[in-house]
Amino acid sequence: MNTWRRRALSGYSWAMLVFLYLPIAILMLYSFNQSRINAVWSGFTWKWYVSLFENRQVMEALGNSVTIALISSVLATLLGTAAALAMKHFSLRWRSIVHALIYLPIVIPEIMMGLSLLVLFSQLHVELGKATLVMAHVTFSMPFVMVIIAARLADMGSELEEAAQDLGATPWETLRHVTLPLISPSILAGFLMSFTLSLDDFIISFFVAGPNSTTLPLYIYGLVKRGVSPEVNALSTLLIACTVLLVVVAELLRRKDSKSITL
Amino acid sequence: MKTIIALESIEKHFSGSVVIPPLSLSIAEGEFLTLLGPSGCGKTTLLRMIAGFEEPTAGEIFLDGKPLTNVPPYRRDMNMVFQQYALFPHMTVEENILFGLKMKKVPAAEQQRRLEEVLQYTHLAELRKRTPKQLSGGQQQRVAIARAIVNNPKVLLLDEPLGALDYQLRKSLQLELKNLQKNLGITFVYVTHDQEEAMAMSDRIAVMNKGRIEQIASPAEIYNHPRTLFVATFIGENNIFRSGDASIAVRPEKIRLYPLEVEPDKHRMTGQITDMVFLGNLRKLYIRLYDEDMTVLAHEYAGDSRGWRAGDQVAIGWAPEDEVTLRC
Repeated sequence: MNTWRRRALSGYSWAMLVFLYLPIAILMLYSFNQSRINAVWSGFTWKWYVSLFENRQVMEALGNSVTIALISSVLATLLGTAAALAMKHFSLRWRSIVHALIYLPIVIPEIMMGLSLLVLFSQLHVELGKATLVMAHVTFSMPFVMVIIAARLADMGSELEEAAQDLGATPWETLRHVTLPLISPSILAGFLMSFTLSLDDFIISFFVAGPNSTTLPLYIYGLVKRGVSPEVNALSTLLIACTVLLVVVAELLRRKDSKSITL
Repeated sequence: MKTIIALESIEKHFSGSVVIPPLSLSIAEGEFLTLLGPSGCGKTTLLRMIAGFEEPTAGEIFLDGKPLTNVPPYRRDMNMVFQQYALFPHMTVEENILFGLKMKKVPAAEQQRRLEEVLQYTHLAELRKRTPKQLSGGQQQRVAIARAIVNNPKVLLLDEPLGALDYQLRKSLQLELKNLQKNLGITFVYVTHDQEEAMAMSDRIAVMNKGRIEQIASPAEIYNHPRTLFVATFIGENNIFRSGDASIAVRPEKIRLYPLEVEPDKHRMTGQITDMVFLGNLRKLYIRLYDEDMTVLAHEYAGDSRGWRAGDQVAIGWAPEDEVTLRC
């Protein structure tokens, strides 16, 4: 390849990265800005972060977000793991049908899912609040857990489980001593993934949240309606940092897992 | 001899297609039986049915006289050595070997005693704290064997256990496995597609093709007196001459070559040498026949070379006792 073409291509890659990350970088940068106005840089400060932690409403929203994320990700992980394990016992045809059905929530528009859940809850006269948020979050994050774990199980194959049974382990003992220890990093990765999804979700939460269950993304949205303040920047920066950290940890776990199984 | 495993009219269908048509087989206690055949011949399926990982569509399998239908794999008194060894990656060598004894709730002291014994026996004592990942292919194979025999099974099932190893290692492990089997007196049911391996180790070989057992006999019998065309061509090299409805097989080492004018009473056919391949201990000669559309393979051993060259015209012959009539 000649130098001109190489330069053009690398220039293009850089332009793409700038396009993707510049808005986020600016948002983060202005969370450290002295001035209230988001357009002029007037010096470095932590004060917006300090005022954030002194703000009761913010802390309450944070509390809601973390509680809901914890409960829903634990439930989603349990259900997703069980579903992935159960899938192995279906015949190939049924497995692909069920797989497709469970995969669907990942691709259908979130707004449809939010709306349909809202309709469901109002039909059943369930009061909107933390419980409905948890149920909704379990619904959309469980498929992710299942996909992660099903992929791991498929990689693992059935030989190790057969070996365990051959050596006298009942199906339960096989699950406990062989299958679960081998997929545990993926289970943890699935948990972190659903925790992140729950923490970040806005659209679906918007439909199913009640008056006392405002989560962080919902709170940020509320603030923005009154103009973007540096506090919003600070809050978003924290949220992004948490998300990136969790995703990186989940990905590292997933990779470590796939290495440990292939001998 | 006492029968340890009996298969009675075992059948296996996979989604409508017949993999194994009704098949019966009895395996004697303490014997080394090999299921030999090309890939897809049903040998692994047969082994997996004995182990309990596949259910026969029809028929019954007996272990020591007791029917095995409805007996799950974890209650069958036999163990399997898997093709890829299937060692538990999250356990050490020691933990892998102890797994079976723990599952069967063998008392701790007995577990230790048997562990030490089998570690000695398989020369694994120094590797006991390693994980499978830290072992070579041959060492992993040893662990797989140790993990199975520590349970004192009545029968050991082996699914191409040497398939993943290189040629030299395979050769030495063949001998080791054979000795292990003789010393322990355990019945071995061994699956392979490698005829040399089958010849080297087995008491009896069951040659399988398309789900059927074509012939079951000792290695020498299979080699010297193949009963079907498939067996004659699958095991070793062979020349198949057709005469009318029957086929006659003559091994390349039994083919004699004569100059056209020498001992004409022993000539059966004539042809021309087209190719010669030197293999060290022998030379392979390919002879294109004049009267028939076929090429005959003859082996010429070092020392009794007549100095044939490509292009030479030769007559071929063989002793009547060296030909085998095959049923088709």
